[in-house]
Amino acid sequence: MPSAPLDTRYQIETPEGIDLPLRPAGLVPRVLAFAFDLGVRGVVMGVLLVPLALLGNIGIGIGSLLLFLISWWYMVLFEVLNQGCSPGKQVMGLRVVQDDGTPIGWSASLIRNLLRFVDMLPFGYFLGAISCLQHPHFKRLGDVAAGTLVIYRELPLARPKVPEAPALRLPFALDLNEQRAILGFAERQAELSNERVHELASILASPLQVSPARAVEQLNGVARGLLGPT
Amino acid sequence: MKQSQFESRHQPQWQAFAEHLKQLEQGKAKDVADFPHQYRRLCQHLAMAQERGYSSYLVDPLQQLALRGHQQLYRHRSQLAANILGFVLAGFPRLVREQWRFVLIASLLFFGSLVGIALLVYLFPDLIYSIVSPRQVAEMQGMYDPAASRLGRAAERASSEDWMMFGYYVMHNIGIAFQTFAAGLLFGLGSVFFLIFNGLVIGAVSGHLTEIGYGQTFWSFVIGHGAFELTAIALAGAAGLQLGWALIAPGHLTRGEALRLAAHKSVQMLCGVMVFLVIAAFIEAYWSSTTGISPWVKYAVGAALWLAVAAYLGLAGRNRHAPE
Repeated sequence: MPSAPLDTRYQIETPEGIDLPLRPAGLVPRVLAFAFDLGVRGVVMGVLLVPLALLGNIGIGIGSLLLFLISWWYMVLFEVLNQGCSPGKQVMGLRVVQDDGTPIGWSASLIRNLLRFVDMLPFGYFLGAISCLQHPHFKRLGDVAAGTLVIYRELPLARPKVPEAPALRLPFALDLNEQRAILGFAERQAELSNERVHELASILASPLQVSPARAVEQLNGVARGLLGPT
Repeated sequence: MKQSQFESRHQPQWQAFAEHLKQLEQGKAKDVADFPHQYRRLCQHLAMAQERGYSSYLVDPLQQLALRGHQQLYRHRSQLAANILGFVLAGFPRLVREQWRFVLIASLLFFGSLVGIALLVYLFPDLIYSIVSPRQVAEMQGMYDPAASRLGRAAERASSEDWMMFGYYVMHNIGIAFQTFAAGLLFGLGSVFFLIFNGLVIGAVSGHLTEIGYGQTFWSFVIGHGAFELTAIALAGAAGLQLGWALIAPGHLTRGEALRLAAHKSVQMLCGVMVFLVIAAFIEAYWSSTTGISPWVKYAVGAALWLAVAAYLGLAGRNRHAPE
């Protein structure tokens, strides 16, 4: 097993015995998501309170119930009912899940959002930011208490085409990581400059026993061979 | 098996699974009986793809599908929403009794400072000005002036204002309870502060109003909803202390884990507190503020409400087979 990858991925093991990697989101996207939510709440309050103010006392009553709902329940309702995404998180491509990767429930969401009050102390999310920056999975205090995690939502991947080349079999066996590396090289060729592609391929020229100039074609051929007939 | 054979053989199954997932995520799926089977098959394919060293452009989409499937298949069942009736009838009082140490400490802090300062202000009237600003004192005096016809945060109120006050009380009081709870995360100190602070303000005002002879209007106003409101604040403080205690003395767990467990308990307590505060706001807006009823009736009803709260917290749910 190679050493653990140098990134922030968080592995969960499911009951089916497979590992699913989650990618926790750091401070900046979360701040932006919160700012967006704050803006949305401001606009909603502004739009709703003006006509309510015209209704007189009943309007003020409904208005203060609304203020209560929006200031304490906005996040909870969206997170529980909208697959862990408040509008701000939706825009930033984030979502909240439990530590074990399952969807967030009422009590966890309530905890993490009520304790937001402490994260905001003494001003401007000071405690929350410190906690978020020093935690290996970027949790603020509310997340620690609720056992939740803010992660990036998975985005659909576009499948690149493997360059055409006659399929080849190597005279020696490749181990899994080598197979994966060669397939990765072939699939990601379009993202790299021509010079870089040649540079990378020439590293493998001598084990493949070809001239550096033909190494790219050779590797693509091996990748084709690994993929099998299409 | 080569990657492309594997892929072409199973591609239709993955597409069907993705389609099914999409429906589930939008909450429109009708037939879900086959879903667990599809999900487990996908997990098996994922494990095989990883084990055989297939390319990451095959493994990653499968991983995404598995993650989304996992989200749909596994959920934490929320104990609160699942059984509200059981919680109200038995769970909440049981929880309060289970946490009696924190409830006792919070009650001593809150009611102790309340009664203590009320007595002090009654004996030394000038003390009120070192706790409450003179402007607020004047406001309070205006509110509970026996000459006023209706009571509450405004001197003259029409009945349409009951609605307004209900909204105001809900927002204001639950906000205070939430603060008292959340501040407990600061090793319990925040909860202690809010308990004593609220106790001092309420106590000082009541001592002052009694001392200047507005006692009748004031006490007959607050006794009814006070049963729910004051108890609720003490309980919110107890929930906060519980959080703080998990950080101070986590026992054999790590602090993070102890906090997580304590938070799950205390948030349940807080849900009960919210119910109490909504009841309190209702009583305060529609019953406490009426003046047509003689103060003695109000005292009697108020005493009955205090007894009811005490009996509810002390006795409900004792039966093992309580309705659940």
